Parts: sequence; C-alpha cells; structure tokens
Amino acid sequence: MPVPILKQGHYLVASIQDALSDGEVLELQENLLKQIGDFRARGIIVDVTAMDVIDSFASRSLRTVALTTRLRGAEMVIVGIQPDVASAMVQFGLLMDDINTALNLEEGLEFLDRWTAERTDADGG
Amino acid sequence: MQQDEVTLMQAPRTEGDDSCLPELVSHLRDNRTGLREEWAQRITDAQLLSAMSEEEIFSEVTSVFDKYVDTLETGSVESLQEYAEDLSERIIPRGVETHEVLGIVLLLRDVLARSLFQKYQEDFELLNRVLDAYEPAANRIAVIVGVSFVQERERVIGQQQATIRELSTPVLQVRERLLALPIIGELDSQRAAQLTDQLLNAVRSNRARVVVIDITGVPSIDKNVANHLVQTVRACRLMGAAVLVTGLSSDIARTLVTLGVDLSMMDTVGDLQGGIEEAEHLLGYEVRKAQAASPEDKR
Repeated sequence: MPVPILKQGHYLVASIQDALSDGEVLELQENLLKQIGDFRARGIIVDVTAMDVIDSFASRSLRTVALTTRLRGAEMVIVGIQPDVASAMVQFGLLMDDINTALNLEEGLEFLDRWTAERTDADGG
Repeated sequence: MQQDEVTLMQAPRTEGDDSCLPELVSHLRDNRTGLREEWAQRITDAQLLSAMSEEEIFSEVTSVFDKYVDTLETGSVESLQEYAEDLSERIIPRGVETHEVLGIVLLLRDVLARSLFQKYQEDFELLNRVLDAYEPAANRIAVIVGVSFVQERERVIGQQQATIRELSTPVLQVRERLLALPIIGELDSQRAAQLTDQLLNAVRSNRARVVVIDITGVPSIDKNVANHLVQTVRACRLMGAAVLVTGLSSDIARTLVTLGVDLSMMDTVGDLQGGIEEAEHLLGYEVRKAQAASPEDKR
C-alpha cells in the first residue's frame, strides 16, 4: 500500500504507517516531489512515528527529498523519530545534520508555520 | 638422606606426609592458647587491623585459628571459605585493606611454622616431613582467604558502581520544554550510552525542545567519550530538540581541540547559567526582574 499523502493547508503530510520496502520508499519520494509542484506546497511533513527502523536507504531517500524540496522553494521536516531509532541512526552514522526534525506532528506544523512566516517577512522586507 | 632430599624436591607431598597431620593438628590444639596469643600479639605489633579494637581482633583470631586447624585436619576448605567470606563482609565496610588480611594469614602461618620448628628441632627428618604436610595446606589456606577477601571486595565495588550509575544521571525539567542534564563524574562508554537512552526518552515524554547538558562535573574526557557526546547531541537533534553543552572546563576544551573531535554541530555555552538563559531565549521566554524589588531601585 502506498504511503498516503494528505494535503493540509499549504503543507503536505505523509504519514508512514509501517516498515517500508525500498520500492515503497522510492514511490513515496516520487509522489512527494510530484505533489509539491501540483499543490504548490510550502512544506512537507514526513511522520515516521510508526517506524521501528530507519535504515540507510530510507534515511538517504528522505534526505534527498528534503534537499530537493528545498531547491523547489519549500521546506521539509521529519517528525516522530523514536528514541531507539535516533540512537541507532546516530550509531550507524546516518547523518541528518542539515535536515529539519521535530518531535511530533504538532511541532512539525509549528516549525513550518514559523519558517513560512520568516520567509514571507523576508520577502516583504 | 640423599634419597629423602630427592623425594622432597620432586614431590613435596609423599605418602608418608598425611600420617604427620594428626600429630601436627593435636600439637596445634594443645598449644592453642599460647599460639593464639602470640599471633594476636604479632598482629598488634605489626599494626595490622588498626580499624579494629584489641578485643575484636582477639575474638576473630580465635575463630580463625580454630577454623585454620580444622581445615588442616580435614583438608576440607568449605567451612573456612564460608567463614572468610563472612568475615570479609563484616570487615570491608570498616576499611580493612587487602594487605592487612594477607599479612594476618601469613603471620599465622609463620607463627605455627615456628612452633613446629621448635617442637621438632631435634629430629630434622621428621621436621621435614611435618613441614611437607603443613606447608601446602597452609599455603592453600592463605590463598583461599586472600581470594575470598578480594572477591568480596570486588562484589562490593560492583554493587557500588551500579548504585552510582543509577543515581548519577538525573534528567531535570527546568521549564516547560526545557530539560537540563547535569553529568557528574567520569563518563565511560556504558554510562554514556545509558545516559543517551535516558535523555532521549525524557525528550519524548517531556516534549522537550531544548536540552542543556552540563559537564562541569566531568573531570576529564577522551576521544570515545567526546564522540559519545556528539552522538547524544545528534540523536537529540533527530528528535527535534536543540542541545546546548555547558561547563566545558578549559582543560576539556583544549583536549577536545587537540583530539580533533568534530564539534562543529555542538552549541556550547560557558556555564550552566548562560546555557539556561540561552535556552530560555530560544524558547521565547523573557526573564525580567520583578518591578520595585527594593526601595533603592525605585529612585
């Protein structure tokens, strides 16, 4: 089952409900990038709360989406990384220093609101 | 005579040795009071067991002496071992050292050996046989007592380490969404991993957005520990919490630079106060002095 992508205001929310195969990861990547253009979204939230494992392929793909999103003038934030997953990712050296993360969906939305506000301010000034 | 010497060198314990044991044991039993007193006297003279009073020493000496002779007689070390463990458990909290325990047991061995020399000085061959029986047994006893003591000590140390580990990593909530983690004491890999674990879980349950890690109480740091710290910071970031590290002493700062640990992603603030202030700023708090705190301020 493909990961559902919900439109929420100016943002897209992809909530991953299960462990993903590499194919599903690629499909998600493609869908997200396509829908940024379709909906002129300003931000993407990827919710990984339900993921027990984030392997190198998944983290690299998510990172690619984030960097691509940035190039298209939007911002992505990953939310809901669990403590164990965070420890494991750091131990395996899956670095996401340049990627935004937030504790949960609520925080992620707040982050994007702030980001958008700053950007509009900057554009206006 | 020559043949005797050869036997002595090749196999210290020959068939005939055991026959000496009963005689040996009864000699020690007959002279119990004298030997015991001499032993206690020599312990006091050597200033061993300074943590204990003379009466205590004497009563322990009596039990040890009896167990010692029993063990020589039966060759069974179990009761002595049990007693040694029990004794260690009692005297370790009072600060008795390993060298004292070993010294005492060796003193007893010497006292008894002297008395054997005295008794058998006329008959050198018999003395040799008696010593053949006595020495291995006595040495074995010394080893058992020493090992029990050290094992007991290690057990106590292990227990204390576990306690320290559990006590020493409190994660404190300072304000809504602001956590402080004061680290006190030496950090090793195991403790660092446990600490990361606790911190990450606290980040989730307190919905923290900023964490201040204070390492004022960490005396020294090496490459592994520094890397652990960096990993902790990264893992917190992944969970959406910013991390400020405070209280790096100049020594630690210099070590980190010399080791070449990549700290580019670590935000540091001089001391805990500064860290908390910075964190409050990040969270949008503004701390202000209450108006008119004192009459002088009003002017």
